[in-house]
Amino acid sequence: MAWQWFHRLGSPRWFYEKTQAWLPWLTAITLVLLVVGSIWGLAFAPADAKQGNSYRIIYIHVPAAFLALAGYYIMAISGAIGLIWKMKLPYMVMKSAAPIGAALTFVSLVTGSIWGKPTWGTWWEWDARITSMLILFFLYLGIMALQQAFHSRDTGDKASAILALVGTVNIPIIYKSVDWWYTLHQPATIKFVGESSIHPSMLYPLLIMVIAFYCFYALALLLYTRAEILRRESRTQWVNELVARQAGSVNHDIPVKGGSAV
Amino acid sequence: MTEVTVPGSAGGSATTFSMFWATLRRDLLLAIRNRAEMVNPLVFFLIAITMIPLGVSPETKTLAAIAPGLIWVMALLATLLSLDGLFRSDFEDGSLEQMLISPQPLYFTVLAKVMVHWLVTGLPLTLMSPLLGVMLALPSGGYGPLCITLLLGTASMSLIGAVGAALTVALRKGGLLLSLIVMPLYVPVLIFGASAVHNAVLGSVINSQIAVLGAFLALAIVLAPLAAAGALRVSSDG
Amino acid sequence: MNFQFDSFASFIAMNGHGPFVWAAYGITFAVLAYLLASPLLQRRRFVREQARQQRIANRNPD
Repeated sequence: MAWQWFHRLGSPRWFYEKTQAWLPWLTAITLVLLVVGSIWGLAFAPADAKQGNSYRIIYIHVPAAFLALAGYYIMAISGAIGLIWKMKLPYMVMKSAAPIGAALTFVSLVTGSIWGKPTWGTWWEWDARITSMLILFFLYLGIMALQQAFHSRDTGDKASAILALVGTVNIPIIYKSVDWWYTLHQPATIKFVGESSIHPSMLYPLLIMVIAFYCFYALALLLYTRAEILRRESRTQWVNELVARQAGSVNHDIPVKGGSAV
Repeated sequence: MTEVTVPGSAGGSATTFSMFWATLRRDLLLAIRNRAEMVNPLVFFLIAITMIPLGVSPETKTLAAIAPGLIWVMALLATLLSLDGLFRSDFEDGSLEQMLISPQPLYFTVLAKVMVHWLVTGLPLTLMSPLLGVMLALPSGGYGPLCITLLLGTASMSLIGAVGAALTVALRKGGLLLSLIVMPLYVPVLIFGASAVHNAVLGSVINSQIAVLGAFLALAIVLAPLAAAGALRVSSDG
Repeated sequence: MNFQFDSFASFIAMNGHGPFVWAAYGITFAVLAYLLASPLLQRRRFVREQARQQRIANRNPD
């Protein structure tokens, strides 16, 4: 009995219909948290003693970096579930997670670079964390490229799942190596970076933004997966009925509205 | 490794090892017969290194400072370029399918093929590297460490690269994609290999870096053929 | 918890860090908006395309 939900996960239709009800709630929560967190971070959190106002970028940079990394693991785990239990849905989740993760990695790179200009005086610094993020971005690009290279979608799914798993073994090693490499080359002049103890009044908005980004990630993943489900199940009865209903409701709406107006 | 004939050992393992040796011998023979292909990565290595003084500066001091990293990066690229052929010919003539359906564990077949790949690319690259070190004015303390790190590093790179080669084996234009997916995975090996040579030139002890490279190799021997075997099963039918 | 700036103008300027902060937030929210809009547009295009094919199929029922 306890495993019933897991077996249901094998059914894209069940997932599509179930998540329909979550979407409005998740959208509302995400938007509220994003707005509250941003305004709090931008306007109400105190300025940093050393970095002034430029540190306010932390409220988007750190959550984006969190999700970039967590997103990779979400992608790899869904790929592994697909490989092990031979289910369709996890592959759709994996395929959807790749562009979202790549976009968030890109965001964390760009915001880090913009933050670096007033802090370090350069747009690009070969800092350990930035470098690791860049390599993570390359891993995402490789997985997306591999997925699209195959004619057969099934093969593309499985191949990119294997690559994602190989990546998960490598990511901790890459992070440790880059960290070690950075301590070797670290220029003494730029050591101060933001490690000053962070005040609680700065921490609360950060916490809100992290939760907001997690909610956002869930929302984007749901939307991408649902679109993917429709594309892949386009030959099935239930998708055909769904399309007919949606297209029909659009067609019926017009005369009814026109009639009431007259 | 001659315990194959030990009477007490199970028959299964004996056939596994004989299969391993047979694959090793066959691939080595094929590689020696196609000598031209074997030489290409080495020529690439040589030409690419020649470009550096032309593009950067022929000054001894400049070259000596960047020599360890450059030789390492070029060795990495040469390995990368040679990977495409690792499973390609077997895929095209159908012998890969025979390997997939054979009762012998695919792990050892892959391991044998990777070993041959390393013997015909990684090992020659390593043996050639002192020559290139001379061309780039590598300081005298760097030659021994360069050879040791390349010996360990190219083996890891052949193993990791085998996963990428297996994933892209069925793609007609897989070469560039292969580089794209494998190169990020080479980062740790490159970091430790190049910095070990660099530190040796500066006169510090590099035992720990070599130990780390050895650990990478051990990990790669255990995991990479498994992943490559899985990848071959998946990608060869699509 | 107070508003940290004297005026709205100084809030925009952020002591000279304004362009950096606002550019970072702008780019981030543009990407986030794209990540939500893209699957919704994909879905709409899919429904429109499938509906068109259904109409064609209904017109030629064989």
